Amino acid sequence: MKDHGTDEPRRSRLPSTKFWAWSVLWTLVLLPTWVWAQDAATQAMSVEYRDIPGIGSRNVIWVVAQQHLLLAGFVLGVPIFAWVCELVGWKSNEARYDKLAKEFTKLLTSAYATTALFGGILLFLLIGLYPKLMAYLSDIFFPSFLAYCMLFLMETAVLYMYWYGWDAMQGSKKWIHLSLGFLLNLFALGIMIVPNSWATFQASPVVVGDGTAIERAWAAMWNPTWWPVNIHRLIANVVLGGFICGAYAGIRYLLATSRAEREHYDWMGYVGNFIGVFGMLPLPFAGYWLMREIYQYNQQMGITLMGGFLAWLFILQAMLIGVLFLGANYYFWMGITYRIPGSEQRYRRPVLAMLIVLMVCLGVWMTPHSLVASLEEARKMGGTHHPLLGVFGVMSAKMTVSNLMILVTFMSFIMYWRAGKQETAAWARVAKSVMGALLVIAGIAVIVLGVWGYFVPAIIRINYFSVAQVLIVLFIMLTFTPLTAVLMKSARTTTEMVWGQMPIRAAYCLVSNAVMVILLMSLMGYARSSSRVHWHIYGVMRDTSDYAYSPALGYAAAFMSLNTFVFCLLVAFIFWVATMGDAGKKGPEQGQREQDPARVPEGMMPAMAGGSPGKDHHARAQVSGWDGVS
Amino acid sequence: MKSSLAKTAILLVGMYVFLKFILPLFTAPLPASLIFLYVALTFAAAAIFYTMSGAGLDDFMGPIGRFLTGEGQTGLAGTARLIVFALFPVLVGWQTYTKLAPSDMPPAENRTIHPAPPGEFVGLANPFPRTPENIMMGQGLYAAFCSPCHGANFDGKGPAAVGFNPPPANFSDPGTIAQLQESYLFWRIKKGGVGLPVEGMPWKSAMPRWEKELPDEWIWKIIMGEYAGAGQSPRTWEEEE
Repeated sequence: MKDHGTDEPRRSRLPSTKFWAWSVLWTLVLLPTWVWAQDAATQAMSVEYRDIPGIGSRNVIWVVAQQHLLLAGFVLGVPIFAWVCELVGWKSNEARYDKLAKEFTKLLTSAYATTALFGGILLFLLIGLYPKLMAYLSDIFFPSFLAYCMLFLMETAVLYMYWYGWDAMQGSKKWIHLSLGFLLNLFALGIMIVPNSWATFQASPVVVGDGTAIERAWAAMWNPTWWPVNIHRLIANVVLGGFICGAYAGIRYLLATSRAEREHYDWMGYVGNFIGVFGMLPLPFAGYWLMREIYQYNQQMGITLMGGFLAWLFILQAMLIGVLFLGANYYFWMGITYRIPGSEQRYRRPVLAMLIVLMVCLGVWMTPHSLVASLEEARKMGGTHHPLLGVFGVMSAKMTVSNLMILVTFMSFIMYWRAGKQETAAWARVAKSVMGALLVIAGIAVIVLGVWGYFVPAIIRINYFSVAQVLIVLFIMLTFTPLTAVLMKSARTTTEMVWGQMPIRAAYCLVSNAVMVILLMSLMGYARSSSRVHWHIYGVMRDTSDYAYSPALGYAAAFMSLNTFVFCLLVAFIFWVATMGDAGKKGPEQGQREQDPARVPEGMMPAMAGGSPGKDHHARAQVSGWDGVS
Repeated sequence: MKSSLAKTAILLVGMYVFLKFILPLFTAPLPASLIFLYVALTFAAAAIFYTMSGAGLDDFMGPIGRFLTGEGQTGLAGTARLIVFALFPVLVGWQTYTKLAPSDMPPAENRTIHPAPPGEFVGLANPFPRTPENIMMGQGLYAAFCSPCHGANFDGKGPAAVGFNPPPANFSDPGTIAQLQESYLFWRIKKGGVGLPVEGMPWKSAMPRWEKELPDEWIWKIIMGEYAGAGQSPRTWEEEE
């Protein structure tokens, strides 16, 4: 109970000694704490970098960013791959394409979570280790962060509907499922291009004037290298998705215990390689466009990449792309030999001719402008530039041989498609003659333009000759593909295609192709990032950390290898987790397959060019059982 | 008929002989790095071609397998096999010794010929119009200051060129100034060999630092004269009228 009568006098009294004692004590304790806190806050605001001792902040970011990027490429590439397969299955009424699409979509759920996990880790590390840079980027791009979050939410929702609704949306509801798949890819495209704008702004910043936050973010997004990188990455993701599918099929093929499994994974490997190769064909064109934009944006950056210390990365790139082209072609040629019995001798000469052209082109592509030479050798050559072979070191030669390699790889595929079939159309002979003539003319035109490119100003070569070379190759691809499709529609099958007979080296070839693509992405990711040299944002925000130097190429190559290895482990883990439940289900189905080797659904005509499943049933009857492969 | 492995061996030897001994009859010798690259590609081509079929693989790999396992290696072949096995460690030892033995020769290097220019030289345009008078003046200045090394024919074969290693640049080669913008040449002439950045190491260039001797106007006109005399055009982003 309160004593109101005694309250007032107490209030009017001076504070007690106890009060003063407490006040002094709190002042002594709290004031330094408050001052220290203010100090710490000010200090925290002024921290530009933090480091991770022993490892180095840059190295940590390098690995985490690369893993995130590769995983993102995987989760954005696989939906394209899966959707195309689903569409093909729907149009051709072949259930195995639908099954393939579903098998890969199943991987997406776990891969998606892993990608998001690495994205989160990367974000926390960037905020912690590079606060100044992140504050600057956040200031400019904040509205796009919100857009990115929205896209992520939509993508996640659609992915769940796409995956969990697969079985429910069959038959008459298939179009709804396909529409969901389309939306999935549309949101995925948005998820890719928004962060691309942040990274490309760092490399090619534009002046961001006054305006609303949205206007400023929009202006920064539209920087010169944004769309070249978007297109390049979109195509590269398809390639990655295709070749990883091929590698998955290759490993499952090696582990297959039944003929049915071998047939299925052989076919899956073929589809993966097919999509990977078709994505790969336009990729050099996109890369050329990107490099042109970089060079035009800033001569210094262009020279650092193409003529300066990073130029050696492009020799490594030539080697990796060369191995990829060879691997893809080798797989096609082995397909002709093993899947179409009796074709080996018939196609031996064309294969030899294509191989020679590929190797000569690769030799030219890999010849550097300045050769690695000892002092003695340089003296004999008159410098590090060889008087004869030095001409191979410039872009005119590189563009010519890369176009020829694309042309050869395309023809390799056309040859595979036509193998074991006899055209029955009356106009087939004329069509083949026209195609042959066009091919020869195209090859000669590409070479002539390449040689002529040495004798014209650079701008004529870049604006006209290089573009003309690309258009010639595209013309061949866009005319030959439908023409061959029409020819094959009425063609008679002379030799049946046999699945599941490929040798184990074909499976290793598929795995090697995937590894090459991952290495290539790691290599060129490093090149693009390093071209900023000692700038966080080129010409705007200088890197003043301890790591403001470019690592030696050997050191960088070691990190690229590490990144490739770690990513392969992650993908293997995702595959393992996603297929863990299959082991229990496989038993009865496998037994059924063993009893009925013709179980793989068939269509009236090959849905995927060269697939030729039409008469596999008959072919299997001819195969005298599985007897192992070399 | 020889086995595919034997054909491959003959092909590799043939390629090596061609690159090492025959090609230099017509042009400068090739460095070992390039010979290795071309021979390796030849081997890859042969391996791909011969291993496309199962029979081809047996034909290609069979002799190697039999040699390693000793299967059917009797008489002279067996003795040869033992000799190769005995010599193999010696070969490895010799290779290791040659790699590690001290030498007065500098190691092979991957020199960066065209390092990136400093920011202040990026995007500069020649301020002087390409008139016959300016070109003539530029070629006159070139004759006075540059031709002793770079040659009267712009081919890098001036009377003083023999004294330099690496030799002065050959401007008539489409791989030199035709690949560069005029601002790049302005930087190289003005700052010379000593002005090369770290990325251009080792700084093996005897190019003088002409900013000490020549005004900017002269340098721009020399550039104009060089392009005209060598029959080349600078890299630009706009087509000339």
